[in-house]
Amino acid sequence: MELLIFYPLAGFCVVMALGVIVSSSPINSAISLIAMMLGLAGVFVLQQAHFLAILQVIVYAGAIMVLFMFVIMLLNLKSAEEDTWSIRPQNTYVSVLTGFLALGALYKIACVIGQAELNSPAAVPDDFGTVVRIGTTLFTDFVLPFEVASILLLAAMVGAVVLAKNKID
Amino acid sequence: MDGFVPLNHYLLLSATLFVIGVLGVLLRRNVIVVFMSVEIMLNAVNISLIAFDHYLNNSDGQVFSFMVMCVAAAEVSVGLAIIIAMFRNKPTVNLDEFNILKW
Repeated sequence: MELLIFYPLAGFCVVMALGVIVSSSPINSAISLIAMMLGLAGVFVLQQAHFLAILQVIVYAGAIMVLFMFVIMLLNLKSAEEDTWSIRPQNTYVSVLTGFLALGALYKIACVIGQAELNSPAAVPDDFGTVVRIGTTLFTDFVLPFEVASILLLAAMVGAVVLAKNKID
Repeated sequence: MDGFVPLNHYLLLSATLFVIGVLGVLLRRNVIVVFMSVEIMLNAVNISLIAFDHYLNNSDGQVFSFMVMCVAAAEVSVGLAIIIAMFRNKPTVNLDEFNILKW
């Protein structure tokens, strides 16, 4: 039953990720990315990580993608540039070779993963992925990373305001 | 349990999405699309973290992926601010045009 839900969801995510890469207009890419992130939230629900699924919808599909959309609208990009797929002339061989290497690596990973014996999961308890359990872990074992993350977000906020200010000199 | 999704499938989905992101970074020249490809890669890593978490019945991986989301939010805000600042100096989003730091 879970497999029947997983395959269409995974296929949808992969197709949408390809849509991000392939489409020539950035706004289409952004919409594909939103769809991919919603699909991934579904995958998280399938793994019973409900809190992370909600976070994925709110933070990624909500906040981050709104920021992307906002910047695309602000920059007023042309929808169809003719040099979407043009690669730097000096780098043609390097880019194509690296693309083939990445696909080969994916093939190799698929072979290794396909043969692995990983089909005996531990029994999942009822509180897996709930806010209570993640919050307990976050505020007991990971207090220092949590505080550092808050400093990081503050620094990013100040940095974004300073960088996007009108005069840079 | 019949029809249970094995760990392999999640790892394969994660690897596929990561490679798609790498290809986007390598092959596209639009700076915003490159940035979105980085987001795809971060999401792919999140799938792996949560899959292992589910497999091992642990909570640490979910906290890690929480941190990944944190870093992604910070990265996006600063990165888009940099893109806007660059666009103000030179009205283009083609990465090949930004070669002023190259000697």
